[in-house]
Amino acid sequence: MAQGHPEAAARFVADEARTRWHDQAVWWIRQKRDTAAAAVPDWEALRTTAAQIKRHTLSRLADYLEDFERRATAHGARVHWARDAAEHNAIVHGILAARGVTRLVKSKSMLTEECKLNPYLEARGVEVVDTDLGERIVQLAGEPPSHIVMPAIHRRKEEIGELFQIHLRTRPGAADPTYLTEAARQHLRGKFLAAGAGLTGVNFAVAETGAIVVCTNEGNADMGTSLPPIHIACMGIEKIIPRERDLGVFLRLLARSATGQPVTTYTTHFLGPRAAGELHIVIVDNGRAEILGREALRASLACIRCGACMNTCPVYRRSGGHSYGYTVPGPIGSVLAPQHDPERHASLPFASTLCGSCADVCPVRIDLHHQLLELRQALVRERLVPWRKRFTIRFAATLLRSPVVYRVVGWLARRLLPMLPRRLLYARWNAWGRQRELPPLPRRSFAAEYRRRSHGEP
Amino acid sequence: MASRDDILATLRRNAPSPVAAPALTGLGVAFADPLAELARSVAAVGGAFVRVPDTASADAAVAALPVAASARKVVSLVAGVGRSSLELAAVGDPHELDDLDLAILPGRLAVAENAAVWVDGSALHHRAVFVIADHLVLVVRARDVVSHLHEAYDRLAGRPPGYGLFISGPSKTADIEQVLVVGAQGARTCTVIVIG
Repeated sequence: MAQGHPEAAARFVADEARTRWHDQAVWWIRQKRDTAAAAVPDWEALRTTAAQIKRHTLSRLADYLEDFERRATAHGARVHWARDAAEHNAIVHGILAARGVTRLVKSKSMLTEECKLNPYLEARGVEVVDTDLGERIVQLAGEPPSHIVMPAIHRRKEEIGELFQIHLRTRPGAADPTYLTEAARQHLRGKFLAAGAGLTGVNFAVAETGAIVVCTNEGNADMGTSLPPIHIACMGIEKIIPRERDLGVFLRLLARSATGQPVTTYTTHFLGPRAAGELHIVIVDNGRAEILGREALRASLACIRCGACMNTCPVYRRSGGHSYGYTVPGPIGSVLAPQHDPERHASLPFASTLCGSCADVCPVRIDLHHQLLELRQALVRERLVPWRKRFTIRFAATLLRSPVVYRVVGWLARRLLPMLPRRLLYARWNAWGRQRELPPLPRRSFAAEYRRRSHGEP
Repeated sequence: MASRDDILATLRRNAPSPVAAPALTGLGVAFADPLAELARSVAAVGGAFVRVPDTASADAAVAALPVAASARKVVSLVAGVGRSSLELAAVGDPHELDDLDLAILPGRLAVAENAAVWVDGSALHHRAVFVIADHLVLVVRARDVVSHLHEAYDRLAGRPPGYGLFISGPSKTADIEQVLVVGAQGARTCTVIVIG
């Protein structure tokens, strides 16, 4: 079994100051989201409508994909289909290779992260430049994004300054975000001008019109698709929405949920290639069609990747995105990852307090905490959870199911635990006690105390 | 096309029972004064807002912009507002626009709730023009200011199909420690001029 969330998180929280800083930085985004949501009187109606549109779309996804393909094609796009990551990567490389393109600029696409496109292309001689500032930072650092909206949220500005000093020749010790962003602008402008093709993700694909909609704040998707003649857009099958008017609902929710902005700076509706150019749309399944068949989990396909569930999650904020070991971290990642590879990501559904804050902020009302619970049960059934956890869960189940056993064990614990030496009580088996003191044990059980007080005793 | 058919077949096999699409009625809140709200929201997204009575004063407003004095390479696609230093239609390769200082573009409509201005692609000649220009001016008629996005898409429904986009303020990023920096990759300033 691969290393799980607890081990990776332990490394992150070892630096207490950084953990606190990360927690506060991410929480600040949650607060901006709250302010933006509160300023929209019909916010809850929007969430409900968005959830309904997604449920409707998922109930006839195949039809809408065909509609989309037909209309996109009619307007001059080439539509490709990929069953999995390998096929996706081969399609993208095929397009580039056939046209002799060796320089690719990319705007943010979690799908291509999921498919590990960058190393695939680099191994075949293509220079790949991520052009979203946060993505460029993590690319230069040789690490994956730690957040789907703010890929470099885990990095301090001094670290970014050092990175830019090496790669962009910025001044030693410079850490001013304005200065560093300007340096990145100059550096990336050169990459845009030199590129032979631009690749983007897709936020929404409209079945009714055949258009794809891409949202950015920096304008990097627009720069990367308007200078080179070839635009490759990669989308998961779940990006489809039926009507153009549905965009009104999703766009009002997306940026407010993500960063607290009323809308992204650029919301570009691509329909057909630019003059003398090519538009390729790669539609990718990679396990999504199977998720549609799981009744309790299919709502996870409604996700619009705003990141709000991460920003609010007490576990994400304190353990960092890299501790999840998957392209999409946080609550939604913990639902998607184990469906993708249950053995590798079995620890993720347990990286949650099930507090339900994720579901409360989700703009499309995904019942994330219910799905996490559902996955926990499935993983325990399939014995993909460590034996110690399975044993503890079985023990607790036996204990809580029988009032007699519960009373007897409680009675024993109240008498025996205070007599145990600390060395035994806080030994390795007691994971809970590693950072905490056990509470003092009461003399009587709650039931006994309740009976006593009901009889008027003090 | 084996993959296409495979994916569609799996989706059909796994499809849940039909769910009706919701009606999109009653969403969005109409502002009593959409223009005042637009002025507020343009400022909130880091843009500048100017309201003028007619085209001549819009032209004067552009001339009064700080960038106007130093701008050498200018493109205006709005008749009577600003003066083009080059003919955009005659530019063969968008790479030639790299040093574009100022672009003045027509907005089909502006959305009060989020400062988004719709720009039709058909008018642009080169898609790069709105993002590669260092400074951007968007010109909208007062009667084309709507309260919210639902109204905007209702109005856009009749347009000829094609490329187009919403622009809300200047290019920006907060990818370094959440500090907002304006002028990330595209326009460093964005001025919305409303005529009428």
